[in-house]
Amino acid sequence: MKVDLVVALAGNANVGKSSIFNQLTGLGQIIGNWPGKTVEKAEGVLLHHEKHIKIIDLPGIYSLSTYSQEEIVSREYIALEHPDVVVNVVDATALERNLFFTLQLLEMGTPLVIALNLVDGAKKKGITINEKKLQRLLNAPVVPTIATKGIGVHEIVDAAIEQTAKQSSAYKNTIRYGPEIETRIEKLERVLTGVNIGYPLRWTAIKLLEGDSDIVNKVGEKHPDVIVAANILAGEISEIHKEPCSTVITSERYAVAARIVKEVQTFKESEKPSMGERFDALSMHSVWGYVLMFTIMLSILMFMSLFGGWLSETLRNLFEGVNPHIAGFWPDLAWNGGVVGLYATLAVALGFILPFYLILGVLEDSGYLPKIAYLMDRPCHTIGLHGKACIPLLLGFGCNVPACVGCRIMETKRDRLITVFLSTLVPCSARTVVILGLVGAYVGVQWAIALYVFDFMLIFIIGRILNRLLPGVSVGIIMEMPPYRLPSGKVVVKQAWNRFKPFLITALPLIIIGSIIVEAMRITNVLSLVSTALSPVTVVWLGLPAFTGFLFIFGVIRKEAALVLLTTAAGTLDIRSVMSPVQMVVFALVIMIYIPCIATIAALIRETGWKKAGLISITEIGLAVLIGGVAFRLLNLFM
Amino acid sequence: MPKEHIEEYLEAIYDIAGRDGIAKTTEIADRLKNAPASVTEVFQRMKRKGLVRYESHKGVSLTVKGYKAALKMKRKHRLLEVFLDKILHIPKENIHEQACKMEHVLSDETEIALCKTLKGPAECPHGSPIPPCNLEVKNCQECLSEQTLSLEKRDKDIIAITALKHGEKAKIVFVRGGGGVMQRLCDLGLTNGTTISLLREAPMNGPIEICVRGCKLVIGRGIAEKIFVQKT
Repeated sequence: MKVDLVVALAGNANVGKSSIFNQLTGLGQIIGNWPGKTVEKAEGVLLHHEKHIKIIDLPGIYSLSTYSQEEIVSREYIALEHPDVVVNVVDATALERNLFFTLQLLEMGTPLVIALNLVDGAKKKGITINEKKLQRLLNAPVVPTIATKGIGVHEIVDAAIEQTAKQSSAYKNTIRYGPEIETRIEKLERVLTGVNIGYPLRWTAIKLLEGDSDIVNKVGEKHPDVIVAANILAGEISEIHKEPCSTVITSERYAVAARIVKEVQTFKESEKPSMGERFDALSMHSVWGYVLMFTIMLSILMFMSLFGGWLSETLRNLFEGVNPHIAGFWPDLAWNGGVVGLYATLAVALGFILPFYLILGVLEDSGYLPKIAYLMDRPCHTIGLHGKACIPLLLGFGCNVPACVGCRIMETKRDRLITVFLSTLVPCSARTVVILGLVGAYVGVQWAIALYVFDFMLIFIIGRILNRLLPGVSVGIIMEMPPYRLPSGKVVVKQAWNRFKPFLITALPLIIIGSIIVEAMRITNVLSLVSTALSPVTVVWLGLPAFTGFLFIFGVIRKEAALVLLTTAAGTLDIRSVMSPVQMVVFALVIMIYIPCIATIAALIRETGWKKAGLISITEIGLAVLIGGVAFRLLNLFM
Repeated sequence: MPKEHIEEYLEAIYDIAGRDGIAKTTEIADRLKNAPASVTEVFQRMKRKGLVRYESHKGVSLTVKGYKAALKMKRKHRLLEVFLDKILHIPKENIHEQACKMEHVLSDETEIALCKTLKGPAECPHGSPIPPCNLEVKNCQECLSEQTLSLEKRDKDIIAITALKHGEKAKIVFVRGGGGVMQRLCDLGLTNGTTISLLREAPMNGPIEICVRGCKLVIGRGIAEKIFVQKT
């Protein structure tokens, strides 16, 4: 397809870039109220007045002197891919800090449109912004928007098209620094003539003065003399200001941003603390904050357990009511394999997975996740991480794959590796299905909770061990706290659907086919051959029925399949007649810990490489077998 | 009354009561292994010197002057510990005791030279923060790059952000350390001279939440202890 125009959305974290992207493209980028959701760039195409416009959604970025991995993605895209227009999404409630980045974009000389987002939120806070004046001061069109409601998003595209029609000289409105800095920028620009690394000249000069390691490396490869000159000039500036050159430049940019804000913004402070602020005080309270957090977590677990159990029971009765009870190879295959597979998957999907995604959506959209990062920062230090690690770990409760990718918000390689490892141990919704659907339903909710508690302890212990093994200390948390907002029902439902859809498309058919295969293997006795081969581990060491052996293999593909196929493999619907409570607990325990599912392994390979992914998987298999066997022997003493 | 005696008392009160708390006479007596009677006597002397507030039934607490003096001693003590550990490689279990003796004879000039030699350390070998110096600098690089000790002393008090009370406003004057974290703080708007306010802190030395340029930021304790401010 021919693309007429490329528009990139850029700006600080959590300002609504992905919301605007979804509104424009109709795609389902994950959105939510916390910084660091988008870690990879996403693309979509919009047909606008018969023009094909490619929209690029970039991860949030606070400054072009980048800090974390996802910010580099944004910077390289803006600087090197040369999108036709950059739409700088700006949070109207935090104009000063947002403009700091806008000023850097202007400095790069990119054609710019400002989307002044969250104007409704600003109004509520008593902030009014004179858009006309802002437009004049920045010399770039300013479009007020409310992205969540779709207000103003198409005007952004109009402004972008208009902007490309203009002569590029119109954007040469960059900020001016003090004369002592300007003369040195000019000097360095002269030294830089003939050096081309793909970035604009003035910007390269400024970045060299700031000592930006990426640019220094790129230029230094071929022109070490330029770096020497830059260092001398930067030294002179820091001599004058008694501050490192990079902070001098940053301070000046902020001074310009503050001046603009002073001119365009009026602020009337409300006397009463808002609802959000009162809830802030509660949810971040030294005591009540933790009480609230544990209450929320426990009620989610209880609700899921009760609701999921009730739904699968209802569905089973419904289907059993119409069971024709015909014996024979084909009827057995169709009923035990196909129909039972279908309803068991439906029970799993509707009873556990969908409700959890809805709850996760509410948590994400409300802005509660960053509060957990705040509350858990101190505890995270005991495993050598900081509070931000909680966010990918919490996402892991939904699915480990986005959790692994989400670990990119961690700043150092070491922190990333530890968080990735730990996130594969978080009981994802598929494992929750096994824990709640088997142990919760047949042994008791208290045992299901005990399994969770054990898993958290395991995560903690592994974290401590990794902290010992991997040298270095965590840099510590620096994170923006977004204000609370009422979750939008539409967004939550759409988000849950976007996450649920892959399950319906890939997992549902896979599990039903798997179920039919297992049934065929059971009838033809192939299943018992496989199970016998695995029995030294499953039967002798773990004390489980022989038919579970096959489930562990299938569970690698989809962990929830282990539960769905359990009834098929056992050849009966009444699991209680073939497994004792201890066996159920051990089975769930092993499923919980052993090897991440295939999709997670693929994500692990992408994030950490083959070697580490293999090491993590093997460690987890070993752990699961070891812990399962010990648990079997210990639990038999009590139960 | 020897000088080091009083200095030991200041440190003991600081350790037990901190900036605003109250230490009981018995606690100090236990710590310094002195009889409560002689402890009370020293408290009276310190009170006369304006270093402490003391009421016999309540206990003792530091005045601003006493607090500054205590911090100074802590700074010298912890710098010496770093020196003994990193440069002289004295076994860790011995460094505390030796630093305790040396701190009283360390001049201010040597203290600054020591800090520069050690490249402005932020923590003692046991992990406690080293209080900042009182020189007129905006960050450590400036001092480390100076050849001579020509820097002037600060005339105002600076404290770490973490020492602010909830709701208190202050201006950033000095950020310790350097590199990526410092640049990040700058990028988020924590440049020198910016007014911030402390909103809340998590228990057990957890992170703090501050308000800067209209945004709320959570900063880990380790980083926050390196940001120094001056109350407005």
